[in-house]
Order: sequence, then C-alpha cells, then structure tokens
Amino acid sequence: MHERAPLLQIANLVVKYGHIQALHGVSLDVQPGEAVAILGANGAGKSTIVRAVSGWVKPAAGRILYAGEEITTLPSWDRAARGMALVPEGGHVFRDMTVEENLRLGAYLESDPRTVRERMEYVYTLFPVLKERRRQIARTMSGGEQQMLAIGRAVMRNPQLLVVDEVSMGLAPVLVDTVFEALRQLKEEGVSMLIVEQNAHETLNVVDRGYVLENGRIVLEGMADDLREDPRVQAAYLGG
Amino acid sequence: MGYLISIATFACIWAVLALSLNILTGYAGQVSLGHAAFFGIGAYASAMLTVKAGWSFWPAFVAAILITGVVGGFLGLPSLRVRHDFLVLATMGINFVVIAIFKYVSFFGGALGIIGIKKPALFGWTLRGPWFLALAALYLVLTLWISAYLSRTWAGLALTALREDEDAAEAVGVSVPRFKIYAFAISAALAGGAGSLYAHFLGSVFPDHFAFVESIGIMSMVVFGGIGTLRGPVVGAFILKALPEYLRFVGDYRYAIYGGVLVLMMLFQPQGILGDNSWLWNKIRRRIND
Repeated sequence: MHERAPLLQIANLVVKYGHIQALHGVSLDVQPGEAVAILGANGAGKSTIVRAVSGWVKPAAGRILYAGEEITTLPSWDRAARGMALVPEGGHVFRDMTVEENLRLGAYLESDPRTVRERMEYVYTLFPVLKERRRQIARTMSGGEQQMLAIGRAVMRNPQLLVVDEVSMGLAPVLVDTVFEALRQLKEEGVSMLIVEQNAHETLNVVDRGYVLENGRIVLEGMADDLREDPRVQAAYLGG
Repeated sequence: MGYLISIATFACIWAVLALSLNILTGYAGQVSLGHAAFFGIGAYASAMLTVKAGWSFWPAFVAAILITGVVGGFLGLPSLRVRHDFLVLATMGINFVVIAIFKYVSFFGGALGIIGIKKPALFGWTLRGPWFLALAALYLVLTLWISAYLSRTWAGLALTALREDEDAAEAVGVSVPRFKIYAFAISAALAGGAGSLYAHFLGSVFPDHFAFVESIGIMSMVVFGGIGTLRGPVVGAFILKALPEYLRFVGDYRYAIYGGVLVLMMLFQPQGILGDNSWLWNKIRRRIND
C-alpha cells in the first residue's frame, strides 16, 4: 500500500492582523481518517488556524493543502465544496431559522432531496434532541443545543474533514460529554477531524494526535496518550 | 373614477418597488436606501428608448428591466466590500449620483426631463385607464410570483443564510458574493420594470421623481407592512402610497409620514404591522383559526 497524501497539510502558516502577528509559521497535518487536536490557551492562535483553514482570513505566508491541492487563497464556499465542513466558534447557527432549515442549509451543496433527508435522519440519531426541536427557531435554544445544531449542520455536508472550533466553550459538563461523544462517533465512521480546544482532557480522549500551540507557535506535538502523560501538558491544561 | 384608477395604478407600481426592495433587504439582508435610483434608471431607459430611439413600449419595457438589472448588479459591487451601515451610506450615495447624472448630463434631458412618452399600445389599441391598471396589476402579480418563488427555492434559502450570518453561509458552501449580486440584479430589474410603467403612465420623467426621498418612501412601505414577508410590502405600498394621494391634505405631509412611519415602526413594531408575530397579524391569524 502506497502512502496517501495528508488530507490537510498546513506548511509554515503566517497570519497577521494588521501589525499583530497571530501565527509565526505553523506546520501541521491531518491524515485521512485521523482526528487531530490543537490545544492551547486563550489567545495562542488556535482560532486563527481555523479561520485560515476555513478561508475567513488570508495568510500572510505559508500554504494550506487539502487532499494534495493548494487551497491557501480559495474562498470558503469552494473549500466546503471540496468536502470540508466547519463547526465555528460559538456555533454561528442561522439564528432566525428553524433547526430543520439550518440542517437543510448544511446540505446546501447537495441537490438530491433523498440524500438530504437521510443525512438529516442521521443527524437526529446523533442528537435526538434536535429531532424534538426541529421546528424550533435556533435562537430560542440553549447554547448547548445550538452547538449540537452547528455540528449537525456540518455533518449534513457529509464531510471528509470536520474542523471544530472551541465546541465545548461555555457548555455545561453534561453537554460537553454529549458533544464529544458525537465527535467520537463521527470519527469511528471515518470522518477526519481537526479539533481546536481548550478542554484538553475531553479532546485527548477523542483524537489520535495533538499539537500544543503557544503564542502562535507549535511547541509540542505527539500522540494523544503521550500528550496526556506529558508533564507540560498536565501542568498547563489538565490541572496538574 | 379615473382618479381612483390612477391612484390604484400608482399603488401597484409602488407595491412592485416595495416588493423588489424586499428581495434585497428583506430576503438577502442588504439594506439599501437608494432603491429609487433603480426605479429611475428603468424609467429613463424606457423613456429614452421610446422617445429618442423610437422603440415601441413592449421591447423598451423588457430592455428597461434588463438594463436596470445589469446596472443593479454592478451597483451591488460595493456590497461585496462593505456591510451594514456602510452599505446603507454607499447605496444613498448611488442614489444621489444617479439623480445628478439625469440632471446634469444633457443626453438625459437635464432638469427638463423627458416628455412626450407614449402610453403602451396593444394591436394598435392604446392602453389607458383601467387597461393600464390591468397591465400594472399584472406586473405586480409577476413580481409577487417571483418573490414567492425566490423565498421557497434553494436560492431563497441561500439569500436568507447570507442575511443571517455571512460567515456561516460561506462555510456551508454559499457563494456569498454571487448571491449578493443576484439579489441586487433581481431587485433592480423588477424596480426597472416599475420605472418603465411609471414613465409611460405619466408621460414624462424628471430627475426629482427618483430622488433620495423616494427611496425613503419605498423603505418605509416595506418596513410599515412587514419586511421579509410577501403581504407586508404590498399592503405597506397600498396604504402609504394610495392614502396620501387620495386624501390630498395628507399628501402635503407625505414625507413627514414616511419619516414618522420609519421612526415609529422601529420603536414599536419593527417587524411591521403585518410581519410574523406582529400584534395585528397575530390577531388576524387568531380570527382566521377560530
């Protein structure tokens, strides 16, 4: 078996906001079928990586490759068309639409209504609460439910690569479990993932590998089990 | 009778204007205070093609729609760079520029406008009075149908997505710039058709007919009736256009009414009198359901 190209490859990525440099040459990759974490404190530049990967900011230098093809300057919607789906920080659900409309928009690029319905049913098995609330307006739901909806909307895309940004932020512990359980299930079904998180404990239980980001640089990388045992990670992110 | 028919004709034309602005602002979330510019471009295109180039009404009507649609697409380009309040300012600016061009470029007749615009004819028979009203009503029905079609299809869903959250819309695969330009082009094209009807109904066009205050008027009709709905802009246009025309003494205060409506609706009923969950609409629905 020949070695496959990484699904996502980031090389020497530099992102600047005005004069402030958020990323100082970050390189990382996600192999097909793999779940990879980016851990780091607030302001380390985690979300900037997501913004660059999803096309919301233009890198000042460096390259982003998806399935071996350069996507560095491609607009967001073209990246979605190539099989990437995003769960943005804070969910970014369509607030005045119902749950069902949100999900339908997630499959915006899918024209076959039967496929759309099948995927919707799949999302409902992942998050039964969304089925109960399918006619509810998104903005009237709790933060946790909106996060589930954001994941569901991304899953509607039937993505090869799921990019998840700070999904546990501000959620009650029981909801954090639900959300990570869903991510674990998606991983088992072969969805590759890039998970950006502050909650290192939960994240390391789901991913295969991880990178630790500090001040816009990767300072540590390794397999999930090794990172969990690493004293620096324990001290900084796992509460000793 | 003739007076009522002419008021009804104006109301139909303004209902089209309100519905077309509603596609841009209500569906796609691009707030424009320059809609009268598109109205004017359609009116001038049709007037010039018939009076100066000697075309008959029907091809000029279609050409006015197409020309305004194309110009609208181009004038929508600022929306790709600016959002929200900056877009409002940009569209206002466009309105002033378009009027200035009509006024100061002699090719467009200058301040004297264009006169002698003929009423449309069908098989050698001139459409006037109720027949012209029927034509305007038909165009209103067409606009309603396009609006309804847009709000139900995939394209409508994409427009709503970009209204609610542009970043998220892009992330699910909606090409936001393309749909913004679509929204501007469709909205402008429909307004251009209304302009053509207006020019041929009145028989003359002057730059001031399409001034900024008219844009405010159209916006107040949309907001008054209920932005984002089908019924709202139509009802808003009929009330705010027909009533001041009918009650002459109210007509003198037309602009005060438009401004007042905007302020009061924003304060007390931002969804409009007939918007979803508005006080009146809930009452009507309850009455119907009982």
